[in-house]
Amino acid sequence: MSELFTLPVVIAGIMVVSLNAYVLLAGADFGGGVWDFFASGPRRAAQRTLIADAIGPVWEANHVWLILVVVLLFTCFPAAFAALSITLHIPLVIMLVGIVMRGAAFTFRTYDSQRDAVQNRWSLVFAVASLVTPVILGVCVGAIAAGCIPTDAGMTFASETFRDAYIAPWLTAFSFAIGATTLALFAQLAAVYLTVEAADPELQDDFRRRALIAQGGALASALLALVLAQREAPALSEGLLRGWQSIPLLATVSVSAAATAWFLHQRRFRHARVSAAIQASAILWGWPLAQFPWLLPRHLTIETAASPAPTLRLIAIALAIGALLLFPSLFYLFRVFKSRPARTA
Amino acid sequence: MSDLLAARTQMAMSLAFHIIFAVVGVAMPVLMVVAERRWQRHGDRIHLELAKRWSKGTAILFAVGAVSGTVLSFELGLLWPRFMEYAGPVIGMPFSLEGFAFFTEAIFLGVYLYGWDRISPRAHLFAGIMVAISGTASAVFVVTANAWMNTPTGFDLVDGRMVNIDPIAAMLNPASFPQTLHMTLASFAATGLAVAGIHAFLLLRRPNDPFHRRALNIALLVGAPAAILMPVSGDISARYVAKWQPAKLAAMEGQFATERGAPLRIGGIPNEEDRTTRWAIEVPKALSLLAFHDPNAEVKGLDAFPEADWPPVLIVHLAFQVMVGLGSMMAIVSLWSLWIRWRKREPSEHRNFLRAVVLVSPMGFIAIEAGWVVTEVGRQPWIVYNIFRTADAVTPMPGLVYPLVLFTGIYIFLALSSCGCCTGRSSTRRRPPISALANRPRVPRIHGSPPMSR
Repeated sequence: MSELFTLPVVIAGIMVVSLNAYVLLAGADFGGGVWDFFASGPRRAAQRTLIADAIGPVWEANHVWLILVVVLLFTCFPAAFAALSITLHIPLVIMLVGIVMRGAAFTFRTYDSQRDAVQNRWSLVFAVASLVTPVILGVCVGAIAAGCIPTDAGMTFASETFRDAYIAPWLTAFSFAIGATTLALFAQLAAVYLTVEAADPELQDDFRRRALIAQGGALASALLALVLAQREAPALSEGLLRGWQSIPLLATVSVSAAATAWFLHQRRFRHARVSAAIQASAILWGWPLAQFPWLLPRHLTIETAASPAPTLRLIAIALAIGALLLFPSLFYLFRVFKSRPARTA
Repeated sequence: MSDLLAARTQMAMSLAFHIIFAVVGVAMPVLMVVAERRWQRHGDRIHLELAKRWSKGTAILFAVGAVSGTVLSFELGLLWPRFMEYAGPVIGMPFSLEGFAFFTEAIFLGVYLYGWDRISPRAHLFAGIMVAISGTASAVFVVTANAWMNTPTGFDLVDGRMVNIDPIAAMLNPASFPQTLHMTLASFAATGLAVAGIHAFLLLRRPNDPFHRRALNIALLVGAPAAILMPVSGDISARYVAKWQPAKLAAMEGQFATERGAPLRIGGIPNEEDRTTRWAIEVPKALSLLAFHDPNAEVKGLDAFPEADWPPVLIVHLAFQVMVGLGSMMAIVSLWSLWIRWRKREPSEHRNFLRAVVLVSPMGFIAIEAGWVVTEVGRQPWIVYNIFRTADAVTPMPGLVYPLVLFTGIYIFLALSSCGCCTGRSSTRRRPPISALANRPRVPRIHGSPPMSR
């Protein structure tokens, strides 16, 4: 057992936990933006107000989980960070633009002039950025999972074209299927959470319907990704379908997906929130578990990419102390703002 | 434009943009907390209004700072992957600690901004204090990482590779203390005097307005002591640069020849071709005195280094002159404010003083930009001083001019939008009645259409 849980593996595991937190928290904030974009029907304005109230106090804290992943990556697995940054330069830049525009537009919308024209303009920027960013995040994950991130891009082959080195690795059907899955999962999480936060039963119903639609989308795109993986990411597909972890994972995903749909149908929204979170987490964890022990499949393992032991040990200590500071604060934040339903407009 | 120059320009622009918001994010929460504390102690509603007004500014600027900081954390890899691969294990530590500080700041800022009517006044003030502490801690950690690039320690160099890495020793590198001290003080000085300048301007138009008078007093309280301490911290920094980065000092001073009893040059144009600095006011032996506290100490000139290792002398020298000049003016105006206080007068009643505050108002930010030019351009051609060249760190991806253009557009957009947002309706200039502000978190009206329309 001690062979398996080496320090690099533990830290890589903490990175996946952070990413999981990012998906469940910030993912839902992006999903909120998606539903802002698709706000419709007689309660359109109320939907948007509910979304903004839900996101407002927490989105900046939620966003930091991604920063934590990035910082841990470049501190503990610098070779992987360098390789990712080189090959995925273009999608990462698009993702950054999305992150900047989403955050800026949300803040400006809150504090800028309340005139309709100004508000509508910021709403549009916020919503479009919320749609694009999760897709690109998924595309990057897809490119990693498919083993398309070499550690020597732009270095070895003089014959390598710009397209081969900087576009082909991520511009694949499989990557975009993962992108679509990410978007649908984020949208589903947001809709499920909003059924809990809405006080008005009609508004709850709006988001209940949206949660079910997104659930369908998430499962369909995840299946599509699985089918495409047979051809484009055979090693991942092998790990997902035939590894030791595949039975428990697939079982968790199917049971939680069915449970989410059932709870939504029964209007047991708090239960649905828990099962939707389990479902999204199980889908996420399928990726690192299927590609273990690779960090960048086919090119770099967790062990070979790891920083020297003194760095890893100090980071582990810092993470432990940081967690002692962080979790009570986070608990406090969510208790203050999420313990009772937000007021509806 | 070469890819290296494009990458350097994009990094410089990103840092120059982010530093403004980072600096405001360090000092603004302090202003806001002082105002709230005064409201809680004396029950003067104007202080409550001030706290809310400043918290709005903090919210906007923190959000822009957070997203531009996110861009930077990715840009480290997007532009300088080889540097991160090389240095990540050594300087990741302060970045990780900064991550936690930033996390704390974001959590308590959320509590502060949206929690006015949800938590007790004591808890609310505590949230504000946590924002201020963690904001300052973030700045200290990030500057520590930068300090390592100037004076890399905490490893042994074997065949160009770093072994025996000690991240704690790397954080405690010689530049850490002078740089973090200088930057933290600069944040308070620049933000405090900038805010003071805005309210001084409005006081000139509406004398004795109680709102602006209180605002001015708090802003001076935060800004002036820091601005007065800046020259002291500058002296500490200069002596560290003289000891650890002599080439940078030589460029700052336009000192081409190694000499004893070197003069201090004020102004002047260094010329790398004929290795002279012309038209400078030279104060005899003053540089040796300032840099080593000995009028006859030897100061290394650029001639002590191969030309390939020279930083761009003209830029570094001019930026240094700008920083020192503006910093000195800020210190003088701050001393003036102390003098007025000493004589138990109200700063807001001295119109000439108010004019002076308006004049120095933007100087802190210009000085900070100039100071970072000195630090960063002065370190060139190295990304890690004397160990790793900037040219070896850049990404192999060609066409870096395109992301440069893209990010230039984004920063212009963000700058204009945040200015428009901070000075727009319901800004410091036109304030709504207090009743509209009190006891209610801002609920954004999301969409203008009435509920029944499609």
